Amino acid sequence: MTKVFLTTVLLLLMSATGVMAQTEMADVMRADGKIYVVVVVLATIFAGIFAYLIHLDRKISNIEKENNIN
Amino acid sequence: MRSWWWKIACVVLVLYTIIGGMLMPVPRLDILNETIRNLYYHVPMWFGMIVLFAVAFGYSVLYLRSGDLRHDLYAVSFTNTGIFFSVLGMLTGMEWAQYTWGAAWSNDPKQLCTAILMLIYFAYSILRSGLRDEEKRAKIGAVYNVFAFAMVVPLIFVIPRMVDSLHPGNGGNPAFAKYDLDSNMRMVFWPANVGWILLGVWIATLQTRLALVKYKRESIL
Repeated sequence: MTKVFLTTVLLLLMSATGVMAQTEMADVMRADGKIYVVVVVLATIFAGIFAYLIHLDRKISNIEKENNIN
Repeated sequence: MRSWWWKIACVVLVLYTIIGGMLMPVPRLDILNETIRNLYYHVPMWFGMIVLFAVAFGYSVLYLRSGDLRHDLYAVSFTNTGIFFSVLGMLTGMEWAQYTWGAAWSNDPKQLCTAILMLIYFAYSILRSGLRDEEKRAKIGAVYNVFAFAMVVPLIFVIPRMVDSLHPGNGGNPAFAKYDLDSNMRMVFWPANVGWILLGVWIATLQTRLALVKYKRESIL
């Protein structure tokens, strides 16, 4: 009886892990050692820095206008 | 914002460098492994520095010919941004060296030469900050900058090619020849250089414009 019980538990566990492996979703972001996550982080920093740069550029343009430069 | 197009080009190229640089295929080399991708980020800092120092040199010569303080402002901003790029290049190089050459600093000829070059340019900043009078500061700064740039050529282009180095392509060979054989890397490497150089120029022009406003307000110009 215990043998049967153990084998069922074992089978259930095996099938459960099997199901989990199949149902994992959003695979692109988790593939290739999760390099895509790093790309997203880098792209975020890039967006932040360039947004700041454009902001500064506009601000200086306004100051130039107020001081009648060019 | 005046003339947008090259700033848009800068944004597009740097974004391409980040995404393409991380995801495009690279040669599989021992020891270097994935760190070969640093070529897209570490080397463009030096390209940027050289271009910024060259432009600053040009403006210093222009200033000595014209005596126009505007030219001096351009020279200062481009030099300062060049120093900023050299610091980034040095830090990224040391980080890279730590995990591939085994030590952050190994007295490699290129490391030593760039360290000397950085000291020369640090001295430029210190020299300027010690002078109060704008005209005198501009003139002495411009003369110093001409001599400083004259040191860029032997320190960056000549000496590293004459001695053995841990850097690729040194000891008689032009740099990058080994990597240039790989067409995938070339597709990211050259756009990366253009993008990072444009970023340096962008920052330098922002600094100049701000300094121009300051001078105008104090009615120096």
